Amino acid sequence: MTEFGLRLAISLTQIAAVMGIVVITVLILTLAERKVLGWMQDRMGPMEVGPYGILQPFADAIKLFFKEDIIPAGANKFLFTTAPILCLIPAFIGFAVIPWGPNQTFEVGGITVRPFIISDINIGILYILAFASLGAYGIILGGWASNSKYSLLGGLRSAAQIISYELNVGLSIVGILILAGSLSLVKITDAQAGGFWHWYLFALPAPQIFAFVIYVISAVAETNRVPFDLPEAESELVAGFFTEYSGLRFAFFFLAEYANMVLVSCVAAALFLGGWNAPYPGTILALLGAPSLAWIENTMWFAVKTYSLLFLFFWLRATLPRLRYDQLMRFGWKVLLPIALGNIVVTSIAVFIYQQMK
Amino acid sequence: MAYLFFGYFAGIIAISSMLVVALRNPVYSALSLLVMFFHVAGLYITLHAEFLAAVQLIVYAGAILVLYLFVVMILNVKEDDRYHSQWRIAAFICVPLLIESIVLLSGGSRATTSGNRLLQTEPHGMVVPDNTLAIGQTLFSTYLFPFEVASLVLLVAMIGAIVIAKRDIGGSET
Repeated sequence: MTEFGLRLAISLTQIAAVMGIVVITVLILTLAERKVLGWMQDRMGPMEVGPYGILQPFADAIKLFFKEDIIPAGANKFLFTTAPILCLIPAFIGFAVIPWGPNQTFEVGGITVRPFIISDINIGILYILAFASLGAYGIILGGWASNSKYSLLGGLRSAAQIISYELNVGLSIVGILILAGSLSLVKITDAQAGGFWHWYLFALPAPQIFAFVIYVISAVAETNRVPFDLPEAESELVAGFFTEYSGLRFAFFFLAEYANMVLVSCVAAALFLGGWNAPYPGTILALLGAPSLAWIENTMWFAVKTYSLLFLFFWLRATLPRLRYDQLMRFGWKVLLPIALGNIVVTSIAVFIYQQMK
Repeated sequence: MAYLFFGYFAGIIAISSMLVVALRNPVYSALSLLVMFFHVAGLYITLHAEFLAAVQLIVYAGAILVLYLFVVMILNVKEDDRYHSQWRIAAFICVPLLIESIVLLSGGSRATTSGNRLLQTEPHGMVVPDNTLAIGQTLFSTYLFPFEVASLVLLVAMIGAIVIAKRDIGGSET
């Protein structure tokens, strides 16, 4: 029983650490988004709170905590309160299977601990997809329970959008699964070790460049970001599904959106960009004679990849206008879906020929 | 421990699937269906069929039930409208089912024990390390023909749905 207790304590520590990192990342992102958008539009961004506006996220958080929490008169109270939580849990639960660093172990009281991997389940990527698809419920129910036409329209739009683009996310990943022969994110990442030419974005039998483009576009659509932010289109629907939300509940939706952005970036980094593997074989720290510290370099590479992808989100937001709703659907079903299916066919044939040649 | 989990999942599945029918608000019905799907996935995990559990969530909870909710919200069903006096038909179906289940539960005690033994021996007999691989291999070798037939049937249904929907649009335009 003490062993069970120790395992539980280790797992809880890991979960707490990951949650902390994700929440801090979200705080940084809220500031980074406004700063990056500001620079791209030749503005300064927030400058008032703290030196250079660094403390702006904390000011925002305090403001949201102390705002009045309003439940609209005709709203369904139960669903109105559960919807933000339903949105938040799937956004955070996916981080459990992300490999944050190298697959090394150490012993604590007779138990092997893998510090950078909370859990290595053999259906890792499907687990993330399954919970990502549940995020739609929070949005739809929030929109419906608010008893407001803007919210309802936003919720319904988001349902259609998330279902359509989830399909493309799933299909764009299939090529990677064929190459790796596994669904576990740990194994997929391990298979990409040894230089950037081994990353599945460039890996030889079938480079997954098209799949990567489809994944990124669909991930933007699935997280309801510009240019696919139709569920919360400001010029048409006030704020979409969270029009009626205020205070802490609004903060939950906000947190969920940003946590989802971090999650899809982490998944993209792990699947296409080699995860924690450096773009050169091995690590510099190991060459310098400190292989026990190599994990710092590896986790830093993972962070660099994730943050680059997150920067792409902001970049897109500053660059592109919003699509019209029918354009969004036509693009998803008539452009991205055939490319994703074609990518699967090409990848399977290439892998088959490659195996025959060997 | 395994029985504890099974009892929990089975109990919640039974309760939530009854709530699907019993609740008056259709949105609540859909939500209890969601809870049920979750616990069915949990049952799959206790049986070491993780792939099925994930697919269960992705397909049923992630896609099909969202569309149900979609329709329920658009239709905006009035709570009382749905309940016509259908109890005669209900009784006609439910009484045979009740008798059937009583007969099965009373006479099938031997069947349940043999089922138990099967459940116990299976993990010892063949432990499949990767159930995704196992499912894929059986699906594309032993059950290849049924698999292809099923996909063909789905394709026909899909094309049929598109044709029906498109005819309406064309008719209103011309």
